[in-house]
Amino acid sequence: MKTLRYLLEKEFKQIRRDRFLPRIIFLVPLMQLIILPFAANFEMRNIYLSIVDNDHSVISQQLTDKVLSSGYFQLTDVSPEYNQALASIESNRADIILEIPAGTEKQLGKEGYAEVLIAANAVNGTKGGMGSSYLSSIIQDFNREKGFDSGMSLSGICSTNLFNPHLDYKNFMVPGILAFLMTIIGGFLSALNVVGEKEKGTIEQINVTPVPKSVFLLSKLIPFWIIGLILLTVGTFIAWLVYGLVPIGNLGIIYLFAAAYLIAFTGFGLAISSVSSTQQQAMFTAFFFFIIFILLSGLFTPISSMPEWAQNLTLFNPLRYFVEVMRMVYMKGSTLADLSVHFGVICFFAIAFNILAVVGYRKSN
Amino acid sequence: MNVIDVTNLTKSFGSFTAVDHISFNVGEGELFGFLGANGAGKTTAMRMLCGLSAPTSGEARVAGFDVYKETEKIKQHIGYMSQKFSLYGDLKVWENIRLYGGIYGLSGKKLKEKTDELLHVLDLEGERNTLVDSLPLGWKQKLAFSVAIIHDPRIVFLDEPTGGVDPVTRRQFWELIYQAAERGITVFVTTHYMDEAEYCNRVSIMVDGKIEALDSPAALKASFNTDNMNDVFHALARKAKRGE
Repeated sequence: MKTLRYLLEKEFKQIRRDRFLPRIIFLVPLMQLIILPFAANFEMRNIYLSIVDNDHSVISQQLTDKVLSSGYFQLTDVSPEYNQALASIESNRADIILEIPAGTEKQLGKEGYAEVLIAANAVNGTKGGMGSSYLSSIIQDFNREKGFDSGMSLSGICSTNLFNPHLDYKNFMVPGILAFLMTIIGGFLSALNVVGEKEKGTIEQINVTPVPKSVFLLSKLIPFWIIGLILLTVGTFIAWLVYGLVPIGNLGIIYLFAAAYLIAFTGFGLAISSVSSTQQQAMFTAFFFFIIFILLSGLFTPISSMPEWAQNLTLFNPLRYFVEVMRMVYMKGSTLADLSVHFGVICFFAIAFNILAVVGYRKSN
Repeated sequence: MNVIDVTNLTKSFGSFTAVDHISFNVGEGELFGFLGANGAGKTTAMRMLCGLSAPTSGEARVAGFDVYKETEKIKQHIGYMSQKFSLYGDLKVWENIRLYGGIYGLSGKKLKEKTDELLHVLDLEGERNTLVDSLPLGWKQKLAFSVAIIHDPRIVFLDEPTGGVDPVTRRQFWELIYQAAERGITVFVTTHYMDEAEYCNRVSIMVDGKIEALDSPAALKASFNTDNMNDVFHALARKAKRGE
């Protein structure tokens, strides 16, 4: 244990003299948290709409206003007939056509229902799909307000957003990105640090001393664990400062999970360092795994829409659990009791990765 | 009494046999020169004795411990200075001394005394707070040697400690080696300089992974009918088939 003290002293002196690390600790979270939530946004705005209004009635005008005031649509043109609107789509000036047939107002007054046509340009599938579903829900809304039958026969179903009432995508992304940050800091920095010692040859001088390998690895793990927690603090502060985001649940739970998660990923980085002999190798190996972890984490794409085999794979992905925890605590206010399974799984990974690191590290070859 | 006992020690990398059935022993307190051309297998042999590399076959005991099973015990009793400078360049002189002193179990007052003593012997008192990276090579080597013997090991392994060092510093370096030998530390040193070989009690000369000659410098010179070690080395190394 005394040896550990001297080794830690060494690590902290080196970290303090490192001119690169402090920048990483503050700049990386700042950039990621400020840029990513905007870039990784699946909300559709600026959907170009071409309206064919054959009715020219109060109702058709009200419907048009309602659609445009939603903020999702921009009016390209109002055409007198469908073919002209189609021409707008074909020349890529419009994404969606809304046609209100003649006599709509009259029919509504008489029979209580009427039909409108929505035609979407599917060249950009997401825009077309999202656009038509936004549009139909706006029309349903309109029906409800006016007291008409909902033509979509969805009456009775009404969706309420419990945990992100304004459906603000940033509330959803920021906690996930915090989890992602812990992953790269814990994993990359620790791997690069140890391999850096291999490249410089300084590790050989350590290997020829009686320092047990677990103590040496611990002296690498502890500093990056602390750096990770500092980073989390910086990150949650930025989330509050820039997005006004504070966890609904207990911040202590987030730190508890981060503490376990950082042990897991620093162990992962150390395991990678033990099978790599150059920083380049370590970088690419870590990158390979991190891409998989990130794509299968549900951070950018929902796990529930993955094929079943991919959904099963995500069960072996520690990042998946941590992203879920962050979102649940931030948006739902989940308690430790709700998250006990997650905690168990993350602890399991922490132990497994660190065993790999100790077994993989060789003092001799 | 022998502190190093080696019998048929071999290390192969695939089909390449870097060290080929070498056998020798080194007595307590001896200053043993381990010579050979580049690529002869000196460093590989030395790394096996230090527990940094597992032998392919053969037997060896260092400080009484087996090189297969008891490498961590060996490491408590040896010091090692590699060919490549391997102290921490981003730590200060005193911080490196403190680190290795601490690792080998010195602490508190004793560590402080040892640090002061070392800096005094090396004449580096003025450089106590200098980052090691900014020291000249000769000073770095002297510091590395002193750190390697900070725990008074039974044996110290030196891998080409004076490579690239100027003649004056080389002379000073050997004085440090003599001082260590006087304290009873067995010195196992590889070198390319034949004048340095003359300082050793006994030398072995390795050619293509095998030990071709092993005796005191005087006896070797006598058997090769010459008055300098250079001729002995050339006569043996000429047979080498391995290139650099």
